[in-house]
Amino acid sequence: MSLRRPAKNQPETFEFSSSSMEEANKIVLKYPEGKQQSAVMALLYIAQKQNDNWIPLAAMKYIAKFLHMPYIKVYEVATFYTMYNLSPVGKYFVQVCTTTPCMIRGANKLVEACKEKISDKENELSNDKSCSWMEVECLGACVNAPMMQINDNYYEDLDKEKTLEIFDKILKGEDPKPGSYRGRLNTEPENNRKTLMDIKNA
Amino acid sequence: MPKLKVNDIEVEVEEGLTVLQACEKAGAEIPRFCYHEKLSIAGNCRMCLVEMEKSPKPIASCAMPAAEGMNIKTNTPFVEKARKGVMEFLLANHPLDCPVCDQGGECDLQDQSMFYGVDKSRFKENKRAVPEKHMGPLIKTQMTRCIHCTRCVRFATEVAGVSELGAIGRGEDMQIATYLEQSMQSELSANVIDLCPVGALTSKPYVFEARPWELKKTETVDVMDAVGSNVRVDTYDWEVKRVLPIINEDINEEWISDKTRYACDGLLNQRLDTPFIKYNGKFEKASWSEVFKIIKSKFENSSNDKVCGFVGDLTNMETGYIFKEFFDRTLNNNNYDSRSDNRFLDDSERENYIFNSSINGIEDSDLIFLIGANPRYEATILNARIRKAFVNNNTKVISLNDVGDLTYPYKNLDGQTQTIKTIFEGSEDISKEIISASKPMIIIGESLLKFNSAEYLFNLIKNFLKKNNKFTKDWNPLNILSCDAATVGNFDLGILNREKNLLEELKCNKFEIVFLVGQDNLEFNKKDEFVIYQGSHGDKGAEIADIILPGSAYTEQDGYFTNLEGKIQKAYKASYPPGEAKEDWQILNELAEVMNNRKLFNDKDELESSMFNYLKLQQENRTTKNKEKTNLEFQNEKLNIQLKDYYFSNVIARSSKTMVECNNSKLNIKSTGTEG
Repeated sequence: MSLRRPAKNQPETFEFSSSSMEEANKIVLKYPEGKQQSAVMALLYIAQKQNDNWIPLAAMKYIAKFLHMPYIKVYEVATFYTMYNLSPVGKYFVQVCTTTPCMIRGANKLVEACKEKISDKENELSNDKSCSWMEVECLGACVNAPMMQINDNYYEDLDKEKTLEIFDKILKGEDPKPGSYRGRLNTEPENNRKTLMDIKNA
Repeated sequence: MPKLKVNDIEVEVEEGLTVLQACEKAGAEIPRFCYHEKLSIAGNCRMCLVEMEKSPKPIASCAMPAAEGMNIKTNTPFVEKARKGVMEFLLANHPLDCPVCDQGGECDLQDQSMFYGVDKSRFKENKRAVPEKHMGPLIKTQMTRCIHCTRCVRFATEVAGVSELGAIGRGEDMQIATYLEQSMQSELSANVIDLCPVGALTSKPYVFEARPWELKKTETVDVMDAVGSNVRVDTYDWEVKRVLPIINEDINEEWISDKTRYACDGLLNQRLDTPFIKYNGKFEKASWSEVFKIIKSKFENSSNDKVCGFVGDLTNMETGYIFKEFFDRTLNNNNYDSRSDNRFLDDSERENYIFNSSINGIEDSDLIFLIGANPRYEATILNARIRKAFVNNNTKVISLNDVGDLTYPYKNLDGQTQTIKTIFEGSEDISKEIISASKPMIIIGESLLKFNSAEYLFNLIKNFLKKNNKFTKDWNPLNILSCDAATVGNFDLGILNREKNLLEELKCNKFEIVFLVGQDNLEFNKKDEFVIYQGSHGDKGAEIADIILPGSAYTEQDGYFTNLEGKIQKAYKASYPPGEAKEDWQILNELAEVMNNRKLFNDKDELESSMFNYLKLQQENRTTKNKEKTNLEFQNEKLNIQLKDYYFSNVIARSSKTMVECNNSKLNIKSTGTEG
């Protein structure tokens, strides 16, 4: 991993939409008087959500002014955390887990699928600019490996065909169903539960 | 007060000090990179590891508070091994380019690797390479060398008050940068060069000029502003290569302004190196005896009261004194002055023109009221002190004018002199604040003193403070912020004309001979006057001169300067004047000899002792008779702060290319490469 740089093509302005503004104000209120700057991470995340999963420089400036802090301080935070995207990643942002458990269960097949359907390289937009993918470290769903995350949803128990299907759907603009693609409920054992049979909602 | 043991030596330290400071007190030297006395503690370089009893791991002494009963060891094999490990990691990514690095010879990393470095690297991977960053015309970056101590970041945020530097990225990819690579907008920016323990931030104007061991080092004082920062002037042969700060806790602590540091290349340009005479509008070289002869005949052919003299803003006190003596004794008149504007001055008491609360006093003050002053540009180091007071004590600052960013928040008023009047007549909220403050500071800038109602306001302010018992044995709230190095010294020497307004008379062309010693700020239309200019640089004064006597700059002669607090400090000779130029006092002394066949003083020592006697007498004999005719009228005026261009405030700065670059970078003028 190398230093992530802000994108070359930057929008001139950025402003919170009314819903983002509402959310931001709610978060800022959580902090005691004079410590509002602590809200910077949450606000960056709101900005990222609003702006198709990436944070333009204008948004950093906007947040700095919003919280009365120097630009560089916001810039520092945004460059430090890898989950803030500093360049466009597409409306559908695919994160493929390639940490050991997923890797053992065939995460590289998922990566192949990404390369076929989306773009040759990580962090590159697909032809229609709606989608990009990247490899990430463990997303904490090892029981359902291999898996990937698209925006806020987890897609689990995948293989190459299923992944390609999901990509076909999202590229058509449909919303594929999140969750396990081998028919399990959450992280239930495969071929049904073997314990706690008498508790219905376990 | 916790007591602890360092290498079996018992030390007692104040509450809140760190283990590192305790070790220093016990005489154990601790290597460090990120720790700096004047900055907050970061604890990220790990070089200061020491062994603490009962701790299984070594501790970072800079970040560990000293506590009762600690048993610290700094010289065990355990400690050495730990530090060697740290050093190995620091060097993993540090390039081995010491031979081409400007920090070589004064590099903390270089020095410490002599003790803790290993001769072979176990690191087989490629070294990290970091692109250079742009940080303005003064700071050259070579960020591959950076060891991420973040001293520069902390300095910019804490001391300079411009949060423009930061650490972006993380881990191995962490880089120190300004926001989007803009240059640092601070007058203290170049101090990060001194702070940088490696060669990541080095001096751009000084790049590849010299090695530290080749330079002759002279400890002296600075004359770029009236603060009198203590500096070390490094010279190579005749040339002043660089100016560095030296520590004086009472004045500049450890910092100097960019102008102090970088105007020194002005000492090499535009120099007057031989006497000149103007023939038909053209200057021609002459010899000393020729010019002295001409001056003598000119003086003899005009009556004494048709001669006037002005001393400039950078002249040392000896020159000022001998100039005064020259007029008093050789010419028998007192048409001399050191002011280049019609400012109000009541020198019946010394406290009326100095910064009485002292620079250290700023930290004790609880209310600072700026009237007609912009300390950021008029006295940068003093402004850093005000910022320090604000950061540590949350000192309240009020300014009459909105003077832009002072690096700390302040309340600004409407800038009308009427407002000063009402405040100091006691009827405003601020008046009550001043009364209730235990140690208020009223800082009066030169801009206010130039007003028509300056005297009225000055007396009003002083009386108000007196009436409310703000003058106590250990506190004097009245402060005048002088801008020039020579101002207070000249006032102390009484280089003033109290009877006449020489400037007005000069403007009406009443004089036949005008003698300027380093005075370049006079505005008058020259008619038939014969102008003698003595000074170091060819500037405004030399332009209008008929005869030029080449003098010396502050680094080329010993001389005293009194700073704005009234502290006398000696500037030492670091280099010698160029060509045929002479020390200023010598010129006047020799001129007096030509005129009267008698020198004014036999040598410099006699001059000095005579000057100090005079100063002592002057101090004892201060009476109200010194008072100028009173003008107690009041009229409302809009107070505009007249700032000299910060980077061009005196002849040396005006001759400096670096100052031009600084100014351009401030104005955001892109270099085109065709400026010549």
